[in-house]
Amino acid sequence: MAERISLNVNGVSHDLEVDPDMPLLYALRNDLGLSNPHFGCGLAQCGACTVHMNGEAIRSCVTPVSAAKGARITTLAGLGTPEKPHPMQQALIDEQAPQCGYCMNGWIMTAAAFLEKNRRPSDGQIRKALAGLKCRCGTHMGIIRAVKRAAKAMG
Amino acid sequence: MSMIKDLHVTRRAVLKGAGALVVTISVPVSAARTPARAKGGAGVKPPLKPDELDSFVKIAEDGRVTAYFGKMDMGQGVDVAIGQIVAEELDVPFERVTVVMGDTAHTVDQGGGSGSTGIQRGGVPLRNAAAEARRILLELAAIRLKTPARYLTVADGVIAVTGEAARKVSYSELIGGHYFNVKLVWNKKMGNRLVSTGKAKPKKPEQYKVVGTSAPRNDIAGKVFGTSDFITDITVPGMLHGRTVRPPKAGAAPVGVDESSIKHIPGARVVHEGDFLGVVATKEWDAVKAAETLKVAWSKVAPPFPDQKDLYDHIRRTPTLKAKLKAKDTGDVDRAFKGAAKIIEAEYEWPFQSHASMGPACAIVEAKDGEATVWTGSQKPHSTAEGVAKILKLKKDQVRGIWVMGPGSYGRNDAGDGAMDAAILSKAVGRPVRIQGMRHEGTGWDPKAPASIHKVRGGFDAEGNVIAYHFHSKAFDRQNVRSRESHPSHTLAGQLTGYALKPRKIFRTPNESYRFPNKRMGWEIIPPLLERASPLRTSHFRDPLGPQVHFASESFIDEMALAVGADPVEFRLKYIKKRIDARVVKAVAEKVGWKPRVGPANKPGGTGTVTGRGIAYAQRNGAVLAIVAEVEVDRKTGRVWPRKFTIAHECGLIVNPDGLRRCIEGNIVMATSRMLWEEVMFDNDRVTSVDWETYPILESMEAPEEIDIVLIDRPNIAPKGAGEPSTRPVAGAIANAFFDATGVRLRRAPYTPERVKAALG
Repeated sequence: MAERISLNVNGVSHDLEVDPDMPLLYALRNDLGLSNPHFGCGLAQCGACTVHMNGEAIRSCVTPVSAAKGARITTLAGLGTPEKPHPMQQALIDEQAPQCGYCMNGWIMTAAAFLEKNRRPSDGQIRKALAGLKCRCGTHMGIIRAVKRAAKAMG
Repeated sequence: MSMIKDLHVTRRAVLKGAGALVVTISVPVSAARTPARAKGGAGVKPPLKPDELDSFVKIAEDGRVTAYFGKMDMGQGVDVAIGQIVAEELDVPFERVTVVMGDTAHTVDQGGGSGSTGIQRGGVPLRNAAAEARRILLELAAIRLKTPARYLTVADGVIAVTGEAARKVSYSELIGGHYFNVKLVWNKKMGNRLVSTGKAKPKKPEQYKVVGTSAPRNDIAGKVFGTSDFITDITVPGMLHGRTVRPPKAGAAPVGVDESSIKHIPGARVVHEGDFLGVVATKEWDAVKAAETLKVAWSKVAPPFPDQKDLYDHIRRTPTLKAKLKAKDTGDVDRAFKGAAKIIEAEYEWPFQSHASMGPACAIVEAKDGEATVWTGSQKPHSTAEGVAKILKLKKDQVRGIWVMGPGSYGRNDAGDGAMDAAILSKAVGRPVRIQGMRHEGTGWDPKAPASIHKVRGGFDAEGNVIAYHFHSKAFDRQNVRSRESHPSHTLAGQLTGYALKPRKIFRTPNESYRFPNKRMGWEIIPPLLERASPLRTSHFRDPLGPQVHFASESFIDEMALAVGADPVEFRLKYIKKRIDARVVKAVAEKVGWKPRVGPANKPGGTGTVTGRGIAYAQRNGAVLAIVAEVEVDRKTGRVWPRKFTIAHECGLIVNPDGLRRCIEGNIVMATSRMLWEEVMFDNDRVTSVDWETYPILESMEAPEEIDIVLIDRPNIAPKGAGEPSTRPVAGAIANAFFDATGVRLRRAPYTPERVKAALG
């Protein structure tokens, strides 16, 4: 059942012996110890598990690990660090937006991919780009402010 | 050692009659001795009890301060406020204070996250302890500096002789790394009501320098860089992964388990105890597969639930289990109604709602050698540990509870159940077990906020004055299971292994100060639909019963205003008794530039998009809120969009204004979600709201454009809670704005597009 799969995550190659049908999320969290993507629903309905695959925001909870072979995977840790934060991360700190923070991975990864394509988004475009993401604490106002702030920072 | 001697000599000398100093010294011998120990020597830590100063405050060798907080922050920044309070009383910079919470080995049980009392109640012993610590330190400094305490000044953790800055000693030098060993006066209560007091008098609000500022949160960076752990990230050596197997029909028990059906999954094992069924495996994905694959024969049970469409009729016709018909009763209500010139009456309905936390419950339990440790995201880790002890047949002090930030918590969500599940699994397999629910468990099997109906009557005299008022709720119990998982009876695993349900059997009435001469408020509750391990068991969810009760009461206030041709704001102000309540209502009306009106802006009928504005007001445990919603209603699609909220918020002294603002924003957005979207669906056998498609919540497209917050600071009033209160009036304000926009009074929540379309015909 298990198969040898090579994954490129945050610029590092990893060889894994895993069930090819296992969602990428479990490989990242349990096999590689990259716990930034979170399990929220396992159904691609909330976004907590979002990572970038070749620059696109995807839901790792429904992506079989085999589908990530040969792709460039980026997780939150690969997006920015305390020393070199991504503008979206810095903006969320500046806005003091997160509460429990469990969903933040999804918002940051989705917003970061969106801002790569649209540096001057309107309020409506931001809301649309973030549709489908869930935040149970209700921090949407702060997140939307943060996306606007990050957009400005990214010019 | 010489230091000890020196101090003793000094102190004795002082006591023997070194003048004015004598009267100022009230440092217990133990305290005087402890800090004088040679550096590196271990002071004896007194037991973790509320009558010990060391249970709340510690000063490290480097002068850093640790505050031990027995309540919790769930992401709204309560811990920041506690840090500010401690920094304030100790006169140290806020940055020097670390707040430790959620570990039963290090914090006394102040009740955990509970009823928005983090600052209101939880802050009290911390403030007192910090003030007492400062007093002790001053007295120690008086000895060291040979100067009476009243001639000393404290700044940034350094005590100096006033006017002689060079004669100084730091907190670190006085006690760094050692224990105070000083007793506090404790009221002998644990949990929310715990109060400990020292001899010191805390500061007066006019002296505050740190309290009242917007100190930033310190948990945010870890959350946005992914460098801090959530409960889901905790691993323990030797840990197995577990999953529960819930019945396809609520109430069914496993009568046959085919263990061979998961034989092909590496390391997968069944745990079947009583009616509890679960699996464990070495790898998480294998545990997920095993739970999905396991073949189980379930007992046949009668369908426990009514048709969803009959839910409110079920509540109406079901015999009452317990009632408090006159929970509040003023005047002679029956007689007043008899003599009324006009009576109006309306009934409102609110569904079951799910916590639906961002992630389903996760917990790790390591049970071995007659001890256990539980890692939990529950907001009441002391209670979790107590419950785990009981289900494992251990003593309370044999179980340590360690809280780690979980995927959101706004009351008694599924976290408390997860800890018990993990305990049973760990005991059964003799290994640490990490359990995490699947989405269908997080939504389908978490405790629910109860469904309810609210019948309200108002009677007027010939001049249009309200002379009689009666608010009556009939509903499910507010707590089929307690908001604390401190006993197995209050958890699924407990109920599945033989502990009977112990419902609390209470409800609530509205909180406001309308002065109607004859006024009655009461409630009655009906039995749960299923007595054991029910996916519709009720418990506390953010502002328990607040949204539903005040949806009804504040909608009806507008209905009464209309009945007598009055403006909704004017009508409220006419009857509100408490001055602060009136002030809050006026503040919000002023902020929005409220234009008095009688009746709705638009008449029923038509298909275009219309707008409206509505107000609601409420109290909650001393906090007062008034909110105006401005909504847009698309009569074609049924979409209700509250574009703007303006709230006036009064909760006494404000400890951290920016933190408070963000907390209020979150409350309002979550309450909007509950009012517009959230309804637990079920069929006769099961809850069918099992994910985000079947239990939608508000998303970014539906979030308001603006939330305008007017904070009313009352520094001389002790701080009240804010974690829930602003949840309370939101539904009523939306309902009243919807009426203004459409001319249609919709008395059933939530205002989903389908329901709105149907209501608008």
